[in-house]
Amino acid sequence: MNGPIGKLFAVVVVMFAFLVAWTSRWTVFEAKSLNENPLNKRTLADEVRIKRGLIRADDGTILARSVPAAGGTWKRAYPTGSLFSQAVGYSNPLEGQQAGLEQSRGSELRGLQQGLNAVFGQTSSQRFGDDVYTTLDPKAQQVARRDLAGRAGSVVALDPQTGAVLVMYANPGYDDNHPLAPGGTQYNRSTQAGYPPGSTFKLVTAVAAIDSGLYTPTTTIDGHSPITVSGVPLSNDANEQFGLITLSDALTKSVNTVFAQVSEKVGIGRMTRYMRRFGFYSQPPLDYPPGQIRASRPYNSANGRAFRPGSPNEDIGRIGIGQGGLEVTPLQMAMVTAAVANGGKLMTPYLTSRVVNQDGATVETIGPSVYSQVMKPSTADAVKQMMLKVVEEGTGTPAQLGGISVAGKTGTAQIGPQGSNLTEPWFVGLAPVGAPKVAVAVTVDTTAGGYGATVAAPIARDVIQTLLAEGR
Amino acid sequence: MSARNKELVALIPASLLVTAGFAGVFIQRSNHISNISLTYGAVFLALCVAGHVFIRFALPDSDPYIFPLVAALASFGIVMVFRIDSALARYQAQWFVLGLILFATTIVVFRDYRKLERYRYVIVFTSLLLLLLPRLPGIGYSANGAYLGIRIPGLFVFQPAEFAKIGLVIFLASYLRDTRQVMVMGARRVLGVTIPPIKHFGPVLVIWGIAMVIMLLLHDIGSSLMFYGGLLAVLYVATGRVSFVVVGLVAFALGSWYVSTHVAHIHDRILAWEDPFNAHLYNRIGGSFQIANSLFAQAAGGLFGQGFGQATLIFPGSHPAAYLLPAPQTDMIYAVITDELGLFGSAAVLLTYLLLIGRGFKAAVLSRDSFSTLLAVGLSSVLALQVFVIVGGVTRVIPLTGVTLPFISYGGSSIVANFVLVALLLLVSDRARRPVP
Repeated sequence: MNGPIGKLFAVVVVMFAFLVAWTSRWTVFEAKSLNENPLNKRTLADEVRIKRGLIRADDGTILARSVPAAGGTWKRAYPTGSLFSQAVGYSNPLEGQQAGLEQSRGSELRGLQQGLNAVFGQTSSQRFGDDVYTTLDPKAQQVARRDLAGRAGSVVALDPQTGAVLVMYANPGYDDNHPLAPGGTQYNRSTQAGYPPGSTFKLVTAVAAIDSGLYTPTTTIDGHSPITVSGVPLSNDANEQFGLITLSDALTKSVNTVFAQVSEKVGIGRMTRYMRRFGFYSQPPLDYPPGQIRASRPYNSANGRAFRPGSPNEDIGRIGIGQGGLEVTPLQMAMVTAAVANGGKLMTPYLTSRVVNQDGATVETIGPSVYSQVMKPSTADAVKQMMLKVVEEGTGTPAQLGGISVAGKTGTAQIGPQGSNLTEPWFVGLAPVGAPKVAVAVTVDTTAGGYGATVAAPIARDVIQTLLAEGR
Repeated sequence: MSARNKELVALIPASLLVTAGFAGVFIQRSNHISNISLTYGAVFLALCVAGHVFIRFALPDSDPYIFPLVAALASFGIVMVFRIDSALARYQAQWFVLGLILFATTIVVFRDYRKLERYRYVIVFTSLLLLLLPRLPGIGYSANGAYLGIRIPGLFVFQPAEFAKIGLVIFLASYLRDTRQVMVMGARRVLGVTIPPIKHFGPVLVIWGIAMVIMLLLHDIGSSLMFYGGLLAVLYVATGRVSFVVVGLVAFALGSWYVSTHVAHIHDRILAWEDPFNAHLYNRIGGSFQIANSLFAQAAGGLFGQGFGQATLIFPGSHPAAYLLPAPQTDMIYAVITDELGLFGSAAVLLTYLLLIGRGFKAAVLSRDSFSTLLAVGLSSVLALQVFVIVGGVTRVIPLTGVTLPFISYGGSSIVANFVLVALLLLVSDRARRPVP
């Protein structure tokens, strides 16, 4: 009977080999997909036991902190609530919901170690995340909220020399302590809304015109109205007539017919190239969840689809004055302004300046990085001087600040059906002109006939004043 | 080195395991170390040494590795049970004491275990009665749809299948010792298949019928597979005919197909096995929640595991406690082991079982009479099948059914019955290895 016993044992060995093989399947080969299975609540169980790090403003103000909850778990509290909710977002792992920096800096806040630390670092079952310092300025953020005074709209301010986001405030917002409460919205107008930029986009056209060598600020252009652009008549505001006018004066007085001609002459190819350098057509590389940020670009009004970059079907004349289906985010217009302010060099925008561990040691510093060299420094300087004239003697005078030279550009995009007086007022500005420390973009949603100069420019002025007063 | 000294030395891994295991759990729960819990380890080791001393006197020639392997599995089991629920570990330790007492009693009473043959019909009918007890109103009860236990209120809960498996093996070994020759000699060949004479094959068919009835009445594939697989193993070794095994497997497959399509609870188990991540099945009571979470637990363990005491069993902060893994101390203990010790830890456990089963087969090979050989084969095979049924269920090799992982899972019947099983194996090996005078 010994032969069969040997064979029987072989069968047992094979059966056990199956057990080991299947255990390997779940522990190694299919572990990743099992760990990511939506039915798997284990990752959540780990998550709620981690004490996530603080999120702080630039001055140390606590924007998010962890408070103890039942059974050794933690939950998040947001002391500043709706003031910073769009930027900070929220984290509710039990519901699988997160947004804003809580999401984009989630691995730092959870203290996920990398490399060798991942193997040897986690000896304790008690886990602490790292603290995240943002670049946001609470005082200026407060001013943005005060000046918007409940109106829908957005204020974005950047440090043009570094790309640091100093202000990112949008109305309506939500209380991130109660993210799903009725009346609030997590839709962040600063990064997600597509507005027609109106005349503020003339800055892009001016940059392309001067930097390509086709124009100088003193080149004269015929400013009569109306003219025919893409087969459709285009007129100036109130059909105002300008004779031969320099490019610089045309910006000061925001002459539509001049900039439409200039844009057509610069051409779709060059305009597209400059727009790409400014960041149009792609998602801004902000440390913010990709689902909460959109690319600024022109859309085909006939079918609502985005134009392929450089498409010959784009109405480049109207795009050159901020129409033609162009939809931009306030963040993108702040980037345009920052590029001009920083000698043509566009810095990558960022919300997080550094990550500090529980021992107080800085484990990660997010330094400035160049997004693109949009234009020659001389072009940037020329356009900056043109913007200075806009504020000193043109449409932008309400943005003037005593003692500090502000440069900027207004915009008043006509929205709504033909003949309605609905407008989207804009102002983009930079200061001080000598060595700009602040670049800001302000827009207010859908006003009844409001102008960029009267509605948006005063908000920009107050934000600039606050930021510069703080030693920026 | 003498066999008994080998045995003593071989207990060292078990003692290291129990020490390291408890130390690991204590480090994890450093905030409440207690001397009381430390004594578990000490008491447990003392029990192992006592067992060894008893064997030294009672069965001096028996296999030196069987007891240390069992001790290693049991010490591992008590650490796991302690880690899952320290209150249960105390009961588990009590069951070990009772198990060891029955272990010693078996060895003393059945020193000449061949007298068991005389009572084979009493044994088999007692076993069958035991199996049917859970169906009796009043004392029988079902867990997750399977009728596996009886409960004397206020006294104890008892799983008769754990003991019935031993009784059935004793009967088979004894019966086939007598009839194995006639079964082969009297066989006719029909269409190339060897058909043994009905007169002698009858009782084997009865066992097949019993396995089917167990499935139908008790709603449990796992125990049936264990009994029926044990039967086929003994039958194969007794006759050397693969064709018997093939016919038997086909018959079992037909039976399980019928049962799985006609018994709702078994049908659910099979659906859960086929598609554990189906959201509908997952959320249904008796659905795939258990098997899916078993796989999630194993995935969390990975190659090396999260460490003793690190696996998440209850969702933190949940009131009432939301178990991420139902029945972690019994059916699902292999998933907890994999979660905490990873693929390497669970493979080591499986290897320990394989070594133990190998020693059982070795005793069968060395035996000098057919009954002893068949008994050792049967007991080892049933043990192997029990491990395969539960680990295979937890790892989704086969549909999940609730049997215990021998010596590791929490449960009195399982511990005590398996100690009796090991006592019989040691008795067989002692006789087989005794020097011929």
